[in-house]
Amino acid sequence: MSKVRVLVGTRKGAFILTSDGTRRQWDVSGPHFAGWEMYHLKGSPVEPNRIYASQTSSWFGQIIQRSDDGGKTWHQPGTPPGEPTTTPDGMPKGESNKFIYDASPETGKPLTTHQHYDGTQRPWEFKRVWHLEPSLTDPDTVYAGIEDAALFRSTDGGQTWQELAGLRDVKGSLWQPGAGGMCLHTIVQDPSNPQRIYIAISAAGTFRTDDGGMTWRAINRGLKSKYELPDSDAEVGHCVHRIAMHPMRPNVLFMQKHWDVMRSDDAGESWHEISGNLPTDFGFPIDVHAHEPQTVYVVPIKSDSEHFPPDGKLRVYRSRTGGNEWEALTNGLPQRDCYVNVLRDAMAVDSLDPCGIYFGTSGGQVYGSANAGDTWAPIVRDLPAVLSVEVQTLT
Amino acid sequence: MIRVVLPAHLRTLARVDGEVKLEVMGAVTQRALLDALEARYPMLRGTIRDHMTQNRRPFVRFFACEQDLSHEAPDAPLPDAVATGAEPFLIVGAMAGG
Repeated sequence: MSKVRVLVGTRKGAFILTSDGTRRQWDVSGPHFAGWEMYHLKGSPVEPNRIYASQTSSWFGQIIQRSDDGGKTWHQPGTPPGEPTTTPDGMPKGESNKFIYDASPETGKPLTTHQHYDGTQRPWEFKRVWHLEPSLTDPDTVYAGIEDAALFRSTDGGQTWQELAGLRDVKGSLWQPGAGGMCLHTIVQDPSNPQRIYIAISAAGTFRTDDGGMTWRAINRGLKSKYELPDSDAEVGHCVHRIAMHPMRPNVLFMQKHWDVMRSDDAGESWHEISGNLPTDFGFPIDVHAHEPQTVYVVPIKSDSEHFPPDGKLRVYRSRTGGNEWEALTNGLPQRDCYVNVLRDAMAVDSLDPCGIYFGTSGGQVYGSANAGDTWAPIVRDLPAVLSVEVQTLT
Repeated sequence: MIRVVLPAHLRTLARVDGEVKLEVMGAVTQRALLDALEARYPMLRGTIRDHMTQNRRPFVRFFACEQDLSHEAPDAPLPDAVATGAEPFLIVGAMAGG
């Protein structure tokens, strides 16, 4: 029978929630890495027991953790437990947390500056890994989206990391931090074209490579940021919060922007708004039903300063028409006095039938629905603030 | 032997309990001590000082002999009591409200 494994990153550790295919009874393990900020955990699609995790702390910096047994045990990929801590020639191992921007003349780009909040220029500085995206085909290849915004790739299971520096070449001096920092938070691989990857940055926008990461271009035509940018339809600078794709329709992208829910039908070449009847078009996560490419989910949030649901009612909105027409999903979710937020990486779907959908809140709840959002129930209620939720469907 | 006390999170990463004992060759300085620590426990590289600049991370402090040594030069000799192992070298997470 199928199983579901939900990987939850929180401000103070990681938790793993497991259930059988009925998704009624849940086992909770954790906290793993107690006390650390766990920005993101994600499993390899080709080797599901291989899970990568971003562990970070203001005190001790960035750590990359890897599990090869579905989250039971973990190690830093550069230094597997039980192995010597030095190479045969005496060099120390353990560089899995070394994210050095590539400024070399051969493969890199000059490490210039980017805009700060106040419009002045600041040098690029590594802060943390926001998002880890394992390859669709190779368990040892994984992408890391970092702050200050850049994309890194490891091809040795997370032991070493190399920047795909061509991205910073796309008007990097005009990028600026959103409220959470200047983070590369979204990495979407095109399953039909291994050379094509989409990424999104707050606040720079959406970018695409068609050559496996060597060169990039901004794909933000149609985005409007009237109150965030002096030139509202600038080529870069938009605060894109999240993009999502259904693997059966890789040219169709859905976007939750700072304000506005958007859609592209041409692989990001142009975007049009699909906010329709949403109570507010601000929000963070967006995701697509596992079996219905036109069914999309968002969690509207009242504003960019309040960061809580309108009217204290936690509602997921679902469109079955690819946008514009949205219905509120409320059954099982708190409909009064609820003032939590749902962050950009904190929603995910499983691939069972019916499709399950999950999200975590800043109040520490993880809600799940085993019927595509018709009804909801909390899986856990009292975790630390949830930063990320990913789901693995195991057969 | 030099005695080093790590904060709890770094003990977890290094998979050690209690104090760490290190052999430091030559002059016992902060840099030599941290080099020896990272060579023995490479999983700690980047957690105490920056990979590239080798500067102390801002929220990490160094104490010994009831003194704050955080701002001492990396190549300055550490107190004799640390060099002889009479007193431990404490690596501490700054009291920053976490």
